[in-house]
Amino acid sequence: MTVDSQTTPLSPKDYASDQHVRWCPGCGDYSILAQMKKALAELQIPKEKCVFISGIGCSSRFPYYLDTYGIHGIHGRAAAIATGLKMARPDLSVWVITGDGDGLSIGGNHFIHTIRRNVDLNIVLFNNRIYGLTKGQVSPTSEFGKKTKSTPWGSVDNPVRPISAALGAEATFVARTIDTHVKHLANILVQAAQHKGVSFVEVYQNCNIFNDGAYLYATDRQQKFDNVLELEHGKPMIFGKNGEKGIRFKDFHLEVVTIGENGVTENDLLVHDETRKDPSLAFLLGNLSYPEFPEPIGVFRSVSKPSYEELVANQIQQAREKIGKNELKDLLYTGDTWVVE
Amino acid sequence: MTTTSTKSVNKKRQVSEIEQATVRFAGDSGDGMQLVGDQFTHSSVLFGNDVATLPDYPAEIRAPAGSLGGVSGFQINFAGKEIHTPGDKVNALFAMNPAALKVNIADLDAGGLLVVNKDAFTAENLKKANYDSNPLEDGSLKNYKVIQIPLSTLNQEAVEGLGLDKKSAERCKNFFVLGLAYWIYDRPIEQTLNWLKKKFAKMPEIAEANERSMRAGYHFGETTELIANTYQVHKANPAAGTYRKVTGNEATSLGLITASKISNKPLFYGSYPITPASEILQDLSAKKNFGVTTFQAEDEIAAICAAIGASYGGALAATGTSGPGMALKTEGIGLAVMTELPLVVVNVQRGGPSTGLPTKTEQADLFQALLGRNGECPVPVLAACTPSDCFYMAIEASRIAMKFMTPVILLTDGYLANGAEPLRIPDIDDLPKIDVDYFTDSSAAPFKPYTRNERLARPWALPGTPELMHRVGGLEKEHITGNVSYDPANHDYMIRLRQEKVNGIVEDIPLAQVNGDEEGDLLVVGWGGTYGSIMTAVEKLRQKGKSISSLHIKYLNPFPKNLGAILKRYKKVAAAELNLGQLQFVLRSKFLVDVKSVNKVQGKPFRADELCDAFLEILETI
Ligand code: SF4
Repeated sequence: MTVDSQTTPLSPKDYASDQHVRWCPGCGDYSILAQMKKALAELQIPKEKCVFISGIGCSSRFPYYLDTYGIHGIHGRAAAIATGLKMARPDLSVWVITGDGDGLSIGGNHFIHTIRRNVDLNIVLFNNRIYGLTKGQVSPTSEFGKKTKSTPWGSVDNPVRPISAALGAEATFVARTIDTHVKHLANILVQAAQHKGVSFVEVYQNCNIFNDGAYLYATDRQQKFDNVLELEHGKPMIFGKNGEKGIRFKDFHLEVVTIGENGVTENDLLVHDETRKDPSLAFLLGNLSYPEFPEPIGVFRSVSKPSYEELVANQIQQAREKIGKNELKDLLYTGDTWVVE
Repeated sequence: MTTTSTKSVNKKRQVSEIEQATVRFAGDSGDGMQLVGDQFTHSSVLFGNDVATLPDYPAEIRAPAGSLGGVSGFQINFAGKEIHTPGDKVNALFAMNPAALKVNIADLDAGGLLVVNKDAFTAENLKKANYDSNPLEDGSLKNYKVIQIPLSTLNQEAVEGLGLDKKSAERCKNFFVLGLAYWIYDRPIEQTLNWLKKKFAKMPEIAEANERSMRAGYHFGETTELIANTYQVHKANPAAGTYRKVTGNEATSLGLITASKISNKPLFYGSYPITPASEILQDLSAKKNFGVTTFQAEDEIAAICAAIGASYGGALAATGTSGPGMALKTEGIGLAVMTELPLVVVNVQRGGPSTGLPTKTEQADLFQALLGRNGECPVPVLAACTPSDCFYMAIEASRIAMKFMTPVILLTDGYLANGAEPLRIPDIDDLPKIDVDYFTDSSAAPFKPYTRNERLARPWALPGTPELMHRVGGLEKEHITGNVSYDPANHDYMIRLRQEKVNGIVEDIPLAQVNGDEEGDLLVVGWGGTYGSIMTAVEKLRQKGKSISSLHIKYLNPFPKNLGAILKRYKKVAAAELNLGQLQFVLRSKFLVDVKSVNKVQGKPFRADELCDAFLEILETI
């Protein structure tokens, strides 16, 4: 049976492939897959126009489960593969699915360079702070001191902060969401897809086998209000069960204040502006971390800049117009030639 | 140098007509010797000579001035007949300083012409070159025709009045040498004059200074009494047609664009700068008007991965590098084998292992190309044999990649990459055809991406095509469906299938050709850039009546169908190569023939005379 994408609107399940999903039961990846299908359906991107490219790891099995085009690549290289594809085919909606190990450890180099080039890709990084597929070694986002199979005495590596790393490379769209916040997650994916230029989305993802509860502070009903700050463009940064707490900018750093205490009013709080050109404030927000601070979710930054593949295509177009002479014969006869009778 | 006739123009000077001459320019890496060599080559090909060149430069951009390690040289062999190598011994050496003299003098023919810049033979420079005494004075050069010229002084005089500072003026002295060389070999200077005008259009005073230096060198030749003989090398008599000069790297990029045009697939080239392959990236980047997309990636891995992505999207995708970069691309090549996507991987070989000798030539990456991957990972391997052959082999690599849906490794080397020779521009109709269509038939849904045609190639279905959505990747694929499969029998089947597909390419490549007799005492087998030296050596020995033939392998995996049978028709077989016997190893294991090895690994091409000696030695054992 074929679905005529021209007339019948696509539903989330139309994006599902016939492959059996093989993640562990209860894994956060299921939720991301479900919300991705919802987001694609909301955007009504024709299935044949979507390409999902991944590296290696649990998250990287993602492309097999969608009835779109896809490449399950090699470890860490999804962003590079996607860059080539997008340059060759700017007409496609290209997604990079990666994890903390894949994207930030072995693929760290491509992560930085893909972002600084501003290739129009949607990079979704499933951050579970552990190596899942290889059964539980420390990852580049694991906390300092974390005990894992490869760090029985506790990790002595300082973790990398994905949001800060992306902002350091001046990503034009940076967001964070959580696997269990399904509506928020779908909404962020939609916004990422709509952004022209590189979009980076970090998803807090629970690996219930090797790192269960890593984000309990952000997902547990009792705790989450104190530990999560939902960023909304144009709104003051307020959090806490009763909206009693907020974030204030003071002396070049951010601090938590309580509204009504010490004369603090809502007017003293930072108002989120995701379109701010300078990424410094977004960087400060990206550095806020549990337990001292609530961790922001939502869109940290969304600014517009020409995208890489567009600039590349424009140069080719300009060369064609300016130089002309683009036939094979012109090529072979470039430079000095001489004739032998 | 063969003199065919000599006549006296005046009492003091003779003009000799010669068939062929080999000249080398040598100086500091900052002396502009490569430029001089390039200009001399260009004028010679435009004049109508056959030429072969050998640039030789240090890995350091500016090694300490005057030091032995900083010597840069450019050798050109030009002739009125067909030639295959840059020449063994040089007939004339232009040495800009003591270090250049020291490094190069051993290659100058006895009685050869030696032009030196006398001004540079200072005590300090002599010391830097480890000379205990001044060779210009101690009689050690008595076997050569030495011409000492106060080059720096004469050059300063030539550019006087142009307002150049001393340093800029000194920089022109390579053009003085070029002018003198033009005069000695009776070359027209117009080509270089035009080049100067174009190159320095925005700096007319520099163009003027260089022109003056060149003319001063030319006139110096005319007026000096130091030079007793000048030479004329006639036009060669090549096949009729239009010609241009190419280096191997230029030819490779021309070949890639040509393949893109004749296959009607956009070219994507992903690369990371590396000696001696960077020129391909630069050259293609300058040819955007032909619709070429180039990508200077963050590393070698990204370069090949981007190319794989572009290939999935329907581009004729290529990546180029040299040995160390090749090592980094290994996993990517494996991915292209598994996903069965077309990809051309160019390895411009250089001295290894590790960083090795970046600017020197070698052929030691054959094992790497044939075998250097994890798993059973068959990849077709081709090798170009001359600079202009890089053009044709780049087209071949592209053709095979797309026709068989496979990565293809094209081996060239530093010698081919930088060496120049004339290329007869082919008729477009004579170029190979590449008829590969994307798969677009959506009627047989669901699409099965691992079905195969008669060549065992799978369909190339592009994202964007309705109903053909499919996923590829590095995990083992199920036959037909392309789904991930861990089934033991399927894995065994797919391993054999991928191998069989590559083996089947044998039906699509030309048979190997013997140069010489179809049977006899000795067959010399070569591959890659050694073609010219082997040809020259074998021809020489054949003229002396020896029973020796040669065969040059351009398709290294799979080998041409007739290769095994040919090897068995000779009493002895030898593989001549710039490694420790890698082709020898492969031929032995594949054909059970007791192949001998003739090899050297000095970062330099074979000289024809050393090959002659080695072949004679083997012939004597028969
Ligand atoms: S190991 Fe962890 S991340 Fe991987 S599938 Fe299982 S639960 Fe998910």
